[in-house]
Amino acid sequence: MITADRKPFEDIYSMTEGYDSVLVAGCDTCVAICLSGGEKEAEILASEISIKAKQEGRELTVEHTAAIRQCEWEYLDTIADTVGGFPLVLSMACGIGIQSMAEKFAPKVVMPAVDTNMLGMPQEHAVWLERCIACGDCMIGLTAGICPVVRCSKSLMNGPCGGAHDGLCEVVGRNGEPIECAWVLIWERLKAQGREELMFQYRPPKDWSKSSSGGPRKMVREDARPV
Amino acid sequence: MSTTLLKAGSNLERILSDGRFGVTGECGPPKNADGGVIEEKAKILKGYVDAVNVTDNQTAVVRTCSLVASHIAQLNGVEAVMQMTCRDRNRLAMQADILGAVALGVRNILCLTGDHISFGNHPKAKGVHDLDSMALIRMFKAMRDERRFECGEEIDSAVPLYIGCAENPFGDPLEFRALRLKKKVEAGADFVQTQSIFNIPRFKAWMEEVRALGLHQEVKILAGVTPIKSAGMVTYMGRSVPGMDVPQEIIDRIAAKEKGEPQREEGKRLAVEMIKELAEVEGVAGVHVMAIEWESAIPEIVETAGLMPRPAVT
Repeated sequence: MITADRKPFEDIYSMTEGYDSVLVAGCDTCVAICLSGGEKEAEILASEISIKAKQEGRELTVEHTAAIRQCEWEYLDTIADTVGGFPLVLSMACGIGIQSMAEKFAPKVVMPAVDTNMLGMPQEHAVWLERCIACGDCMIGLTAGICPVVRCSKSLMNGPCGGAHDGLCEVVGRNGEPIECAWVLIWERLKAQGREELMFQYRPPKDWSKSSSGGPRKMVREDARPV
Repeated sequence: MSTTLLKAGSNLERILSDGRFGVTGECGPPKNADGGVIEEKAKILKGYVDAVNVTDNQTAVVRTCSLVASHIAQLNGVEAVMQMTCRDRNRLAMQADILGAVALGVRNILCLTGDHISFGNHPKAKGVHDLDSMALIRMFKAMRDERRFECGEEIDSAVPLYIGCAENPFGDPLEFRALRLKKKVEAGADFVQTQSIFNIPRFKAWMEEVRALGLHQEVKILAGVTPIKSAGMVTYMGRSVPGMDVPQEIIDRIAAKEKGEPQREEGKRLAVEMIKELAEVEGVAGVHVMAIEWESAIPEIVETAGLMPRPAVT
């Protein structure tokens, strides 16, 4: 799933400057699951903005809504009437949803109320870990189902660097948490699979043209296109 | 030996190829544009080392680039081992720099992954890691042996390089460390310099694995030695420098001396003892003395360890 974190309230509130009404738009798929931008979070943010405006004696109309997915045209149709009444939308969807809103309702101003941060999974309740960077050239069949592109801090292709200690990466996580060395995990799991010889083989440099280095990507399924 | 068999013809390559015990040092370029700093360091080391590693934004801190600093060192009579990390450049920049380095007469290159960008003074920068050190070794080997760029296009000049790599016998997973060196040798490494060794028993165990794989006959192994300047420094290294393994008895030995000159003297004594012990290990072809911001200690250590005079090779 795609995960996102709500921006600091002060940053969001400052986006409303100069407007007399604002719509907070949640998205009820990925960002709802990661408790950042679903309908409930949209309602809470709308209330916070409203309270702050009242405290300042400011005239500001704040409402909230949500689409099942902001990243699909059909679902945006369901909130089109509501969106139409507001000069500013604070979208709580991921970067894809925010852009879809901005395109669908152009030239309306759509601002991001969250920072989209990763493709991850909930490791335990309310804890998400990054698992993929959508590099366009998946190699995890060779690495025991563990992605070194995103889980090794240096995206190494040919085994660990010299910095791992006690199974941990030399890099400390952004919140001070330890990071498991992806290559130690790969080594251990390959051994358990009896496939450790895969680590002895040379892996050539990655083809980053399949990633964002090749420019914005487009996928077309000709077989599924309307005739 | 015949020079026609040499890959780059560097002083370091000649000494190691002749089976003589090699000595390399290390020189960190300054965090400024004062080339005089490198000149001074080169003058200290001249005649005491066969080549000096010139670091490449070590610990992810911006400094004078290793290419220019290598050139300045060579102009001042010390052959350079130009370090290159995968952290700050993509494959275009790395190949461009190596062409420039060879054009300036640099012959020894050390291929490194590089300390992670989060450790340095620009933690918000984008870490590149287009290639890893294994791919970097291969790329330079293909440039030298096949005269081809990484993309396959031809290079219409020779690219003489003596290709080095680093290895840490103390990193996780321990059982992969010798196999990792094997992978680097297969990729094309001609010599390897190890991480600073403080845990000699562990290093010897690693060397046993290395010999069992026959790697000591395929690659020149230079054992890394870092003279300790103070108990505080070695404690910090053991605790905070990635990939370091510092046994408590080493810290205790230095800490038993008074701070300042007595600890520095003990640090130099320990370095000499270690060099002598490491030189006895079968398969060790030389030492790499990394006196971190303490280049002035190298001449005395090399001298006391009985490694002078350095061989003059033609």
